[in-house]
Amino acid sequence: MTTENIGMALVIIGLAFDFFGCVGLIRFPDVYGRLQAAAKCVTLGTCGILLGLFVFKGFTPTGLKALLCLLFIILTAPVSAHALARGAYRSGVKPWKGTVRDDYSKTIGEKRS
Amino acid sequence: MNKRLSYLLGVIGTVAAVSVILFLPVPSILRWQSNFLARALMALLLCAFLCLYRILRGPTAVDRAVAIDMLGILIVGFCSVLSLPTGRDWYIDIGIVWALQSFIGIMALSKYLGGQDFDD
Repeated sequence: MTTENIGMALVIIGLAFDFFGCVGLIRFPDVYGRLQAAAKCVTLGTCGILLGLFVFKGFTPTGLKALLCLLFIILTAPVSAHALARGAYRSGVKPWKGTVRDDYSKTIGEKRS
Repeated sequence: MNKRLSYLLGVIGTVAAVSVILFLPVPSILRWQSNFLARALMALLLCAFLCLYRILRGPTAVDRAVAIDMLGILIVGFCSVLSLPTGRDWYIDIGIVWALQSFIGIMALSKYLGGQDFDD
């Protein structure tokens, strides 16, 4: 019974992170803000759900598959978010007007000149 | 449409959807074993609809790519939750394969958006 309660708590935490990440995906003003909010929150939320599934199932094959999927998502989601940000900057998407600092434009300019 | 009006409509719609998920009785289609997992599935469906809104309305192509990436990760969570009440363990296999496929697709898409070759 205790493990079921812990698993339910982990699933609820994961669902809350998922929901706030999707609200950030709607509400932020430009691509980079959306990418930051959505990538972090949704990755952590899905990892919470998978960890809850592992707590539900214990050391069975299904639980270990959930752990494997968690490890894979933690490894790949930041990589794909970084690649998307790089591709967005190179394809010419400008940051929001209120952005205070933009160091990557200097790097791009040095590389092109 | 007026900007303030659309903001108000979005807030009212989201709060209504969250309150329906939390407080109303679960529909009889979703009543397998526990009410909690059915509510979890409905919350994930709400997140997926928010991602679909960004895919429809995104001003640039990169917005749509970001929303597709997030939708892929959400579907992995959906499959893993779905494997609990139905008792079918192969849903988590679908989740693993979906994560792999989504990662490869997003990497290729970002290379294409950056305007460079695949070996760069």
